[in-house]
Amino acid sequence: MKKFFSTALAHGLFWQLIGILVGAGLVTGIRATMGLSVTAKFFFTEPAWVLGGFFGVLFFIAGSGAVSDWYKWARGIDTPEHHEDHHTGWEKYLSVSLDHKVIGIQYTVTALVLLSLGGLFALIFRTELAQSQLQFLTVEMQLFGQNGPQLYNTLMSLHGMIMIVSILLGVAGIMNYVVPLLLGAQDMAFPRLNAFSYWIAVPAAVLLVMSLILGGFDTGWTGYPPLSARAPVGMQMFFLGVFTAGWSSILGALNVIVTVVRMRAKGMTAMRMPILVWASVATSIIALTATQLIGLSFQLVMFQRLFGMGFFDPAKGGNPVLFQHLFWFYSHPAVYVFVLPGLGVISELLPVFARKPLFGYRWIAMSSLGIALVGFIVWAHHMFTSGMNEYLRVPFMYSTLLVAIPTGVKFFSWVATIWKGKISYETPMLFVIGAIVVFLMGGLTGPPNATVSTDLHLHDTYFIVGHFHDTIFGGFVFPFFAALYYWFPKATGRRMNETLGKIHFWLMTPSFFVMTLGMMRIGLLGMRRRIADYDPALGFDNTHLVLTIAGFLIAISVCVFMYNFFNSIKNGEKAEGNVWNSRSPEWQVPSPMPAHNYDQPFEVVGEPYDYGLPGSKYVEFIAPSKNTHK
Amino acid sequence: MRHFVVVGILVIVMAVLTYVGLDSAGLMPVEASAQSVSIDWLWNWQIVAISFLFALIVVPMAYSMVIFRRRKGDITDAEHVEGNTTLEITWTVIPLFIVLTFAYMGAYSLGETRRVDPNAMVIKVKAQQFTWTFEYPEYGGFFSNELHLPVDRQVVLKMESSDVIHSFWVPEFRVKQDVVPGRVTEYRITPTLIGSYKVRCAEICGTSHSYMENAIIVEDESVFTAWASEQETIMLASQTPESLGKILTVKNGCVGCHSIDGTQLTAPTWFGLYGSDVPLADGTTVVADDAYLAESILNSTAKLVEGFSPTTMPAYTLTDVEVANLIAYIKTLK
Ligand code: HEC
Ligand SMILES: [Cu+2]
Repeated sequence: MKKFFSTALAHGLFWQLIGILVGAGLVTGIRATMGLSVTAKFFFTEPAWVLGGFFGVLFFIAGSGAVSDWYKWARGIDTPEHHEDHHTGWEKYLSVSLDHKVIGIQYTVTALVLLSLGGLFALIFRTELAQSQLQFLTVEMQLFGQNGPQLYNTLMSLHGMIMIVSILLGVAGIMNYVVPLLLGAQDMAFPRLNAFSYWIAVPAAVLLVMSLILGGFDTGWTGYPPLSARAPVGMQMFFLGVFTAGWSSILGALNVIVTVVRMRAKGMTAMRMPILVWASVATSIIALTATQLIGLSFQLVMFQRLFGMGFFDPAKGGNPVLFQHLFWFYSHPAVYVFVLPGLGVISELLPVFARKPLFGYRWIAMSSLGIALVGFIVWAHHMFTSGMNEYLRVPFMYSTLLVAIPTGVKFFSWVATIWKGKISYETPMLFVIGAIVVFLMGGLTGPPNATVSTDLHLHDTYFIVGHFHDTIFGGFVFPFFAALYYWFPKATGRRMNETLGKIHFWLMTPSFFVMTLGMMRIGLLGMRRRIADYDPALGFDNTHLVLTIAGFLIAISVCVFMYNFFNSIKNGEKAEGNVWNSRSPEWQVPSPMPAHNYDQPFEVVGEPYDYGLPGSKYVEFIAPSKNTHK
Repeated sequence: MRHFVVVGILVIVMAVLTYVGLDSAGLMPVEASAQSVSIDWLWNWQIVAISFLFALIVVPMAYSMVIFRRRKGDITDAEHVEGNTTLEITWTVIPLFIVLTFAYMGAYSLGETRRVDPNAMVIKVKAQQFTWTFEYPEYGGFFSNELHLPVDRQVVLKMESSDVIHSFWVPEFRVKQDVVPGRVTEYRITPTLIGSYKVRCAEICGTSHSYMENAIIVEDESVFTAWASEQETIMLASQTPESLGKILTVKNGCVGCHSIDGTQLTAPTWFGLYGSDVPLADGTTVVADDAYLAESILNSTAKLVEGFSPTTMPAYTLTDVEVANLIAYIKTLK
């Protein structure tokens, strides 16, 4: 416990609390002198909470020590290029570290924590949905100043956004841990910025959770005004949380791009980069350039609420549909931020387990960029029923359908990769195969949403809910698990238990299919999304019960994974060599990876995936580095 | 070569089976509007494409996974094949054509759903938390919370929202259209099947969004005209405060939140309200007399009822007479 209180996390959280009190106190004081009301339903008034939330983030960052090097530089004090982590054991991961591997693990574990939280919320409202009528989230019950249906809305909305943040952190986790290793770099280009990007995500997550206890909000994760302009003060915490998390995404993406451009090993030309690096670049381009728009759109609503600026208020000449354009300009490309790294993991692992070169490497690499670019001109397909210009729906339909082409290239190339391979089925490979099939389901159910007329029926129903769970599970969750099983030995020198891994897979995959197919079915028949209760006359009770059971089975499978993950860190079977018999550079050195990565730099002398080409090598280590560290 | 033949046959079998399976599963609700025909037509082609593409990927994958699995003890790599440009171009160009075809079909079927009948009957729709109000200008402008429609005649709904965004969706009609504050959106539909349906709000609009469902009755032209004329007569004949009050509750959508039969919705029920003791949020109680009701109607937050949210009830501008009529109506509910 004492150790915990000395970590950056504990310091940060303490200072965040102080920051909230200072910020809120400041506004309250000013309001008092101006003769305005000083308390409200949730103790502080809304402006006080907003400034408090904002100060909390600043105080967290300062208190955690994530910016102390910059602060020292500003005062003219030099700091060593690399910090040796003076913590060992688990405290290292709760403290500020500049090592990309530690940061990668911090991201990953935080993502798992949020995944569990978001999942827990889903289980709560999934249980309520098991039967029509309200069972425990009733109109009479009260919690955190909300009645049952309102709490349902809050949990449902937070499930969405917490999962999104979890995914962004998971993506950052994989990219941070793996990309420098694949490039042969010692670290990311900007290690301090990297630490900052991680640490700012923590107070952001705290803000999101705070929205739950401050009256919640009932808008779904999309936060459309005018509803979001009237929701309880929890809405503001949500906006602030997302705004803050956006910084993490933008700065993290910047770091990845610079690292890839500047820090590749000798001989690693663009067309010899591992495919995951390509995917990371594509993802980072989107995150770097689009995230601002969601931050902006939420900020505008924040200002509308605080200062009465009528951006989206028709009574003041504002336009509610404008918000949707701004919002989706990020939030559509964002789904490619979620899935491109996952698709990269699929492409990266398939050759290893099929013992065959990646079929059409260049095409796959370019398809990632293609998806990223086309992804920028399709946003209005979320708005076909919104009342936007009627005729503009048609060009957006064309552009949206174009996404199918680079995506199709990936599928065909994957199939061609395993065709006539020598496929083996260790746990990572199972998840890769699962990912392909699930993502295929998501991909195939996409075009009906893209063609305007069918979307008029499908929009805002459970069909969409099923469709995007397929794309996100196939494009992120399955590959994420694959990546964790695959790189776990690299990080720990031990491997996760295969049997438990297989139980995880075989429990999760069928349940997941039942869940999303069931969702799509009732969606087509009239189940709207985001409803706490449904008309018993629709006859969906049985299906919903099955969906709830499937949801719980998925949760159980994830518990199996969690146990396996945390237990294997200490007790897993030792695996220090090239466990998967991969050609990739990180597997050519013993695990766990040494503190400053490769003791000897390597040079790229061949193609990354030339499995089956006798005598070929991807990398060759060259003379010991002169660049020694303390 | 043998592999390709086997896989080719399996793909076709699988595609056909998938299509037949999906087609016989009854994926869509009944088709109850002229507009749904072209939507279902496109949907069916989508299912064809989905079945085929599903088979095209899944069959060779499953086949490889079984036939090309690594045998025990085999530690060699597979054959070194890096790619094939002709193939890559093929599976870029052919899907491009398919996709463009679908986009064209999408535009065509969208056009069909928007086909205008100049004789369409106009009905005004007001969406508000958490009910729909329909106004029939062709019949003297009476109000109703149920939407009655004559079969086989196009209607155009001119929709407005008085608070947040809602979305008008009738699954059996297929079409969906958001209702946005500050503008009028249009929903064109030609019901083709007599029966009762529900309009279900499809855009989350607050606490009781789930219950924002109103009845739709599609009936024979003559039945419809009889109903509409009757409503018109009732409206014109309503002279007592109670009956005028009742019309006001329909027009202003009060019953979207307040029930008249004792069920608890977003707001306190009106059943037995008059004269009862109302517990307030500040812990006191108040007797629901005329003064209290009048105050609550015009400024509901002045005395907040315990357990309810202060933000939900909209601010109404009503004349003194209208308020009196509303109270007279509420008095009858016991
Ligand atoms: C969007 C939902 C909503 C609509 C529409 C609505 N109300 Fe209310 N109303 C409420 C809520 C919630 C309360 C309880 C909270 C409060 O006292 O402010 C309430 C309270 C009242 C009360 C006090 C009830 C009591 O039990 O003490 C009256 C009277 C009333 N409303 C009348 C009306 C009338 C008349 C209309 C239509 C012109 C109307 N309301 C429309 C939500 C609504
Ligand atoms: Cu609604």
